[in-house]
Amino acid sequence: MTILFLITAVVILASAVMVVTSRNLVHAALWLVSALFGVAVLYALLNAGFLAVVQVVIYIGAIAILFIFAVMLTRREMRDTGPGLNKNWWVSALTSILTFGGLAFLLSSWSGFSQTPAAIPSGFDAVSALGDALISPDAFVLPFEVASVLLVAALVGAVYIAFNPRAGDSPRAGDSPRAGDSPRAGDSRK
Amino acid sequence: MIPLSWYLILSAALFSIGLFGVLARRNAIAILLGVELMLNAVNINLVAFWRYLDPVKITGQVFAIIVFAVAAAEVAVGLALVISVYRNRKTVVADELDMMKW
Repeated sequence: MTILFLITAVVILASAVMVVTSRNLVHAALWLVSALFGVAVLYALLNAGFLAVVQVVIYIGAIAILFIFAVMLTRREMRDTGPGLNKNWWVSALTSILTFGGLAFLLSSWSGFSQTPAAIPSGFDAVSALGDALISPDAFVLPFEVASVLLVAALVGAVYIAFNPRAGDSPRAGDSPRAGDSPRAGDSRK
Repeated sequence: MIPLSWYLILSAALFSIGLFGVLARRNAIAILLGVELMLNAVNINLVAFWRYLDPVKITGQVFAIIVFAVAAAEVAVGLALVISVYRNRKTVVADELDMMKW
């Protein structure tokens, strides 16, 4: 179990470094898939099987594919001639190293830093407990419903932002003059 | 068994790498990739705390699921914005998107 954790941690961190340093954005998105898969393995190691499956289905199946689509739609920047990092990247590196140091220092001063996992009582089913908690009025039904409203709002907003009315009209409005023009152009050539 | 500290240090490192990506990358899509790494680091923390502190209370997993939903909404709106900006400005480099600066 320890060796599995160490391998997964190395895979996650190496993939994450490749995500933020890789010049080619398609490669960066594929390294993100690798990192997300490592996180799913960590969920399985933590006895959260449902979250591992959800991680694979939503993150790898939907979000990473959405990233690859977006990279394809903005394809010109894939072969970006400029550098992948901006000119103040060393300030960013310093900030992130300081953040890591600060987090590690804060966590190591906490009393429960190196505690071992609590025992799961026998017969405890985490998945059914999670389902109960998500729809029980005593627990989390309100955040659950708010999350679904948020998803609908994000869906409508994303469609509204990305929708291009001119591009939506152009196939029919643009094709008929072109179809009418091209025989004339062909006729004039004859 | 693996102590809790390993998970916490791993997620702190993943968060810092994502922070570096958000601050240093020039491409707007790469910035969103960094945000995804940071959200995953947070999720590792939530699930590890659930498992190590009190597994009978399911709160940590519920929080993780809410983070999943928020991440999906964030990436949908973010990528729609990037595509819209690309259509209007023909660039997704964050340095060149300064039309709201002055």
